[in-house]
Amino acid sequence: MPGRLGRMLLTVLFVAFVLFLYGPTLTIIVLSFQGENGGLTFPMNGVSVHWFGRLFEQQAVGDFGASISRSLLLAAMVTATTVVVSLAAGMAFRRRFPGSAWLFYLTIASLILPSLLVGLGIGLAFNRAEIDTNWWSSAFGAQLTWTLPFGLLIMLAVFNRFDRAWEEAARDLGASPWKSFWHVVLPIVAPSVIGIALFGFTLSFDEFARTLLTAGVDNTLPLEILGMTTTVTTPVLYALGTASTALSFAVIGVALLALWRAKARREAR
Amino acid sequence: MRGAVTSWLLAAPLALVLAVFLVVPLFVLVVVSFYDYDSVRLIPDFVFTNYIEVFGSMVTWRTYAKTFSFAATVWVITLLIGFWIAYYLAFVIEGTGKRTLLFLICTIPFWTSNLIRMIAWVPFLGRNGLLNRALVGSGAIDQPLEFLLFSDFAVILAFVHLYTLFMVVPIFNTMMRIDRRLIEAAVDAGAGFWRVLWHVILPLCKPGIAIGSIFVIVLVMGDFATVRLMSGGQSASVGLMISNQISLLQYPAAAANAVVLLAVVLMMVAAILRVVDIRKEL
Repeated sequence: MPGRLGRMLLTVLFVAFVLFLYGPTLTIIVLSFQGENGGLTFPMNGVSVHWFGRLFEQQAVGDFGASISRSLLLAAMVTATTVVVSLAAGMAFRRRFPGSAWLFYLTIASLILPSLLVGLGIGLAFNRAEIDTNWWSSAFGAQLTWTLPFGLLIMLAVFNRFDRAWEEAARDLGASPWKSFWHVVLPIVAPSVIGIALFGFTLSFDEFARTLLTAGVDNTLPLEILGMTTTVTTPVLYALGTASTALSFAVIGVALLALWRAKARREAR
Repeated sequence: MRGAVTSWLLAAPLALVLAVFLVVPLFVLVVVSFYDYDSVRLIPDFVFTNYIEVFGSMVTWRTYAKTFSFAATVWVITLLIGFWIAYYLAFVIEGTGKRTLLFLICTIPFWTSNLIRMIAWVPFLGRNGLLNRALVGSGAIDQPLEFLLFSDFAVILAFVHLYTLFMVVPIFNTMMRIDRRLIEAAVDAGAGFWRVLWHVILPLCKPGIAIGSIFVIVLVMGDFATVRLMSGGQSASVGLMISNQISLLQYPAAAANAVVLLAVVLMMVAAILRVVDIRKEL
C-alpha cells in the first residue's frame, strides 16, 4: 500500500480529476445567467434569465419546445422498450440455448461498433427500402441498438448473483412460471430494472451520433444543440445546455426519490 | 426442448431489434459501398471505384494516421489517469459508504450530454477564456495562447474529459474483486509498493484495462463531433471524413469508407482480445 506521501498525491490527483470533470459544466451553468449584453466568456455582464427566455422565441434558436418534447417522448419510448426487452433477454440468458452465444456477440457488437456507422447503415437501409426516416421509427431503433447492450449486460450481472432457491421454493409451493416471475423474481431484481431504466433514459436523451442520420426532418434536442454549435454565438447555447442538464437531472432525481420511498415503505412493513 | 423454446421466445425481441437495426443495415452498408453514384442519386451496381478511391487517396492515409495518433494519445492519457483514480477508489479509500459516494461523484457527469460537456470548454480555452486570463494576469505569458481552443490540443482534452470514466469503471470493477489477502501475502513476503503493483495488482486488472481500452479506442476511432467541434474544422478524423461525404450526399463513398473503418476497428478490438482474455469478466 502507498505510503503517506503516495496517499496525499493520489488524493490531490482525485480532487483535480473531480474539478476537471465538473469545472467546465459548472462554468457554463453560471454563464447561462449572463446579462443581456454579455458574451460567451467571462466577465459576467450582470445577471439575468434573458437567455432562457430566448429559448422559447421561435426564430431565435430553432424549435426548442418541439425538440425537447420530442426528445422526452423518444426517451420514454426507448426506456420502456429497453427495460422490457432486456429483462426478457436476461431471463432467456439464464440458461444456454441454441444460438445464445451468437446473440450475445451480436449484442456486444452493437455496443462497440462506431455509432456513426450504425446510423449511416440504418439511414441507407431505410432509403433503399423507400421508407422515410423518422425520430419515432428509425431513430427509435437506432437508439435501441445503443441502450439494449447496456440493459442486457446489467441483467446478466444481476442474474449471475441471483439465488435460484427462492424461485424453486415458489415452484414447489405450486406457483406457475409466470406467477413465480411476477411475485418472486421481479421484486428481487426490481432495483436493477430501475437502474436499466435510468441508463436507458439518459443514453437516449443525450444520444446524437446514431440519431443524426436516422431522425429524418424533425430534430431531437441533442441534434438541435449540435446544429446550434456552429451557428449560435450567444449565451443562449449555454442556456440550452443548462436547461437540458437540469431536465435530465430532474428526471433521474424523481426516479431515485421514488425508488428510495418504495424501499422505505417496504422496510416499514 | 420446452426450455429452449421459452428461451427463444424471451430472447426473440432482442434478436429482432438487432436483426432489423444492426444486421440488415450493416449488410446494406456493404452493398451500397459497391454502388455507383452521381450528384443526385445512387446507381445500383457492383463497382470497386469507391474502394479504389479510398485506398488511392493520400487524404485517407493521412486521416487514418491522424485518427490513430488521437486514439493512441487519448488511450495513454485516459489509462494513466483512469488507473490511478480507480486505484485511489479501490485501495486508498476505506469504507464502503465513502467509496460509493466518491464513485458516484465520478459518474454523475456521465448523465450530462457529451455535446454540452464539449461546449463547456469554450469559456475556458477561448482567446479571452479563463485560462488565458489567468495566465496573462499572473504574468506567465504576454500574449493569450492561441492553440488552446480549436486545435488538436482541445480535441485531446475533450476526449480525455469525456472518456476517462470509461477507463475508471471497468478497472475499478476488477480491482474491487482482487482478494485483499493476495496483497497482504505479497507485503508479508517483503514486496514493496511498486512490486505489489506490478506483480499482483496490474496482472489481475488486465481484463478491466482491456475493456476500458476497447471503449476508449472505439469511441475515439469512430468520433466525428468532438473533432469537428473542438478543432473548429482544422483537424481531421476518419469519422469526420465520412460525415463530410454524407453531407455531400456521396453515400457510396461514405459507405466504402465506413466499411474500411469497421474492419480497422474490429481488428483493433480483436488484437486487444488476443492479448487479454476478458471472458471471465462477462
